[in-house]
Amino acid sequence: MSSTTAESAIAPPKVHYLNAEHGLKSWLLTKDHKRIAILYLISVSIFFLVGGLFAGLIRLELLTPQGDLVSGDTYNRLFTLHGVIMIFFFLIPAIPAVLGNFLVPIMIGAKDLAFPKLNLGSWYVYNIAGLLGIYAMIKGGVDTGWTFYAPFSTTYSNSYVVPTALAGFVAGFSSIMTGLNFIVTIHRMRAPGMTWFRMPLMLWSSYATSLIILLGTPVLAITLLLLILERTLHIGIFDPKLGGDPVLFQHLFWFYSHPAVYIMILPAMGVISELIAAFSRKRVFGYKFVAFASLAIAVLGFLVWGHHMFTSGQSVYAATVFSVLTMLVAIPSAIKVFNWTATLHRGAISYDTPMLYALGFLGLFTIGGLTGVMLGTLGIDIHVHDTYFVVAHFHYIMVGGTILGYLGGLHYWWPKMTGRLYNRFWSQVSAITIFVGFNLTFFPQFILGFQGMPRRYWSYPPEFQVLNVLSTAGATVLGVGLILPLFYFAASLGKKGRVAGPNPWGAIGLEWTTTSPPPTYNFEETPVVTHEAYAYEELHPEPTQKEPYLA
Amino acid sequence: MSLHVESKRNYFLVFGALMVLTMLTVYVAYFDFGAWNNVVAMAIAVAKASLVVLIFMGVRHSSPLTKLVVIGALLWMVFMVGLTLTDYETRGFLGVLGK
Amino acid sequence: MPEHSQSGALAHHFETYDQQREASSLGMWLFLVTEIMFFGGFFLAYIVYRSSFPEDFAIASHQLDVTLGAINTAVLIASSLTMAMAVRASQLAQRKAVVGFLIATMIFGGVFLGIKAVEYSAKFEHHLVPGPNFELHAEGADPGHAEMFFNFYFGMTGLHAAHMVIGIGLLTWLCFPAWKGRFNADYHNPVEVVGLYWHFVDIIWIFLFPLLYLIGFHVGH
Repeated sequence: MSSTTAESAIAPPKVHYLNAEHGLKSWLLTKDHKRIAILYLISVSIFFLVGGLFAGLIRLELLTPQGDLVSGDTYNRLFTLHGVIMIFFFLIPAIPAVLGNFLVPIMIGAKDLAFPKLNLGSWYVYNIAGLLGIYAMIKGGVDTGWTFYAPFSTTYSNSYVVPTALAGFVAGFSSIMTGLNFIVTIHRMRAPGMTWFRMPLMLWSSYATSLIILLGTPVLAITLLLLILERTLHIGIFDPKLGGDPVLFQHLFWFYSHPAVYIMILPAMGVISELIAAFSRKRVFGYKFVAFASLAIAVLGFLVWGHHMFTSGQSVYAATVFSVLTMLVAIPSAIKVFNWTATLHRGAISYDTPMLYALGFLGLFTIGGLTGVMLGTLGIDIHVHDTYFVVAHFHYIMVGGTILGYLGGLHYWWPKMTGRLYNRFWSQVSAITIFVGFNLTFFPQFILGFQGMPRRYWSYPPEFQVLNVLSTAGATVLGVGLILPLFYFAASLGKKGRVAGPNPWGAIGLEWTTTSPPPTYNFEETPVVTHEAYAYEELHPEPTQKEPYLA
Repeated sequence: MSLHVESKRNYFLVFGALMVLTMLTVYVAYFDFGAWNNVVAMAIAVAKASLVVLIFMGVRHSSPLTKLVVIGALLWMVFMVGLTLTDYETRGFLGVLGK
Repeated sequence: MPEHSQSGALAHHFETYDQQREASSLGMWLFLVTEIMFFGGFFLAYIVYRSSFPEDFAIASHQLDVTLGAINTAVLIASSLTMAMAVRASQLAQRKAVVGFLIATMIFGGVFLGIKAVEYSAKFEHHLVPGPNFELHAEGADPGHAEMFFNFYFGMTGLHAAHMVIGIGLLTWLCFPAWKGRFNADYHNPVEVVGLYWHFVDIIWIFLFPLLYLIGFHVGH
C-alpha cells in the first residue's frame, strides 16, 4: 500500500509502545511482545560482549606459538565459555527473541503473541540461566568445551560443570517457551486474509525454527540432566565401568546440537528474504520453494547429527548413512541461495546498509555451507575433524551468516522499533569493516585447518604463526566493526536524532503499515490482508521519507 | 472447533479396558514368547497409551492439527531411536574409520 | 456458542473463546511434545543398554516388586479417570464436581508417590541404590550392568515422580478457581491443559512399568 511522502509532516505518534507506560515496573512486568523484544536486545547484547571478550583473549593467546598469555587450563576455560555464551546466550536466542518477538505478531496482523505472560517468563528464565552461567564463570569456569563430552565432563573435569550444564538446561526452557509461543501464534492468530502463503518468509523461517526448538531442545535437556546426575548422584549412565558408552552421550548431545545450528541460521535466512525483497523491490523468486525449504531444513536437520561423530568410534555403516543424509540437508539451503540470487536479478537494487549485510550473507553463507558439505564428506572429515577447518566453517555460518543476518535485521527494523533513523555513513563503514575483519579472521583458519592445526589447542607449531597473526589482526578489525553500531544506534536515540516515518524504506509488510514505533496493540484496526507478501509490482509502495537516515 | 464433551460412560469403559490391559500386561509376562516378548509387552502398552490419548485426552475429537502434533512427536522418536540404533546394531560390521 | 460470555475470561489479544481455547490446547500439546522428546532421550539410552546386555538387566529387574508396580499402575489409571471426569465437570460448569474430582486425582497421585517411597526405601535397605554402596546378590549378573539397570530405575522413575509432584502442585492450584466457579463451557482451559499433562505422566508410567518391572519376568515364575 502506498503512503504519502509528506516529508515535513513526519512526527512520531503521540502514544506508542515505548511511552505508553512509564517506570521500571512497566518494563519488568510488561506483557507487550515489543517491550520484551527490547529487554532481550539488552540481555543478548551484554552476553555478546562477554562472549566477544573471551574470543579476544583466545586470539591474543594465539598470536604466538607458545602458550604464554594464560595457562593451558585457563585456555580450555576461555574457549569453552566463548562457545557456551555465544551459542546458548547469543546465537540461539538473538534473532527469534529480539526480532522475532517484535515482528511475529505484527507481521501476522495480531495484537500480541498467543501467550504474552509466557513470553515475559521466557526472558526471566533466560536471565536466570545467564546468572547461573555467570556464577560458574566467576567461580572459575568450565574446561570441557561447549560440547561437554563424557567421560571428561562426567568424571574427570575439576571445573564447574554442574552449574554450567544447569545454565544450559535452564536456557533451553527459555528457548522452548519462545518457540512454543511462535507456533501457536502462527497457527491460531493470523489476521483475516493472511493465508499461509501470504505470510512473509520471516514467519516461515520463524515457524521452522520453532519446530526445531520444540523437537530438539528437550533432548539437550535430558542429556545435560543425565550429565548432572552422573556428576552429583553417581547415576552413571555414561560410565564405562557400568557398561556405559561415552559415545551415547555424543549421540544424545548432537541430536539437539546439530539441529541447533539450524535454529541459529534459519531466522537469519528469514531476515535475508525480507531484506533482499525490500532492497530489490521485487517479490522473492520461488516463494513457495523458499518456504518449503525452511521446513525441509528443519526436518532433514534432525537426521544428520552423526556427522559430528565420524571419528568417535561410531560404526562405519552409521557414519556412511549420516554422510549421505548430510548431502541431502545441503539442498534446501542451496535452493534458498539460488532463489535469493534470482530475486536480485533485474531488481531495483539499492545499497542501503541492511542490503550490504544481506549481500555479505549471500557470499559468506555460501562459503560456510560449501565447506559444510566438504566436512560432511566422510573421507575429508577424517583429515580435518577437530582442526581449524571446522572452526572456520562454523564461524562462516554463525558470524558470516547469523550475525550478518541479525545486524542486517537490526538495521532494517531499527526505525520501526525505535522510531529513529541512524547515520548512513557510519553504518556502512561498520558493515564493511565487519565484512573485511571477518574474512581476515576466518579465512586463514581454513588454511590452518587443512594444514593440520588442531582446534582447542593453546600452543601450536611455529609454522602456523603467520596465519594466526593474520587471524588475530582480522579479529581486531572485526571487533572495531562490531562496536561501531553501539555508537550510532545510541546517537539515533538522542536529542539530535531524526524521526522515522511509518515506512522509511518503502517496503511491503504489515509492519510498515503501522506507526514507527507501533502502538501497544500494534494496529489501530485489525488489518485485512488482500495481497501476497512481496507484491512490489502491484503496489509500488513509496517511502515515507526521502532519506531513511539520520545524515 | 467446537467443544466436545465426552460421556461419563465412555470414560468408565476406557478405565475398565485399561485395568484389564494392565492385568494382561502382568499375565503375559509369565510366558516366554522368545523374541516376541518385547513385542507383546509393547503392543499392550501402546494399546493402553492409545486409549488414554484418544479418549481421556480427547484426541479422537480434536482438530487435525492436534493429531498431526501427536504423530509428529512419535515420528521424531522413531528418527532418534532408529538412527542411533543404526550405530549400535552395526558396530564391528565394517571395522574402525581411518584404520 | 456466544462470542463473549459473562465471565470476562477472554484475553484482549484473542477474538473469541474458541480461539483462546484452541490456542491454549495447542500450546499444551506442543509442550507435551517437548516432554515426549525429554523422556524419549532417557528411553533411548535404556534401549541401547538393554539391547547390549539384556540378561543382566533381566536379573536386576527381578529385584523389583511387581505387585507394588502393578498396583501403582492401577492407581495412576484411576487418577486419569478422575482427571478426565474433572475436565468434563469443568466443561459443564459443575463447580463442586470439579473440585471433588481434582482432589480425588490428587489423592491417587499421593498414593502413587507413597508406594514409590516404600519401594525406594526398600531398595536403599537392600543396597540397590547406585553409587559406592551398590551391591547386588544375584547369580550371573555383571555387577556393573546391574548397577546400570538401577541407574535407569531410579533415574526414570525419579524423573517421573518429579513430574507427578509438579502435577499435584498444579492440581492444588486449580482447586481455587474451580471452587470459585470460574470454569464453564467457554473457559475451562486451565483444567483441560493440566488434564493433558496429567494423562501424559500416566502414559509415561504405562511404558515404564513393563520396561522396568517385567523384563524376563517369566524366568523363575
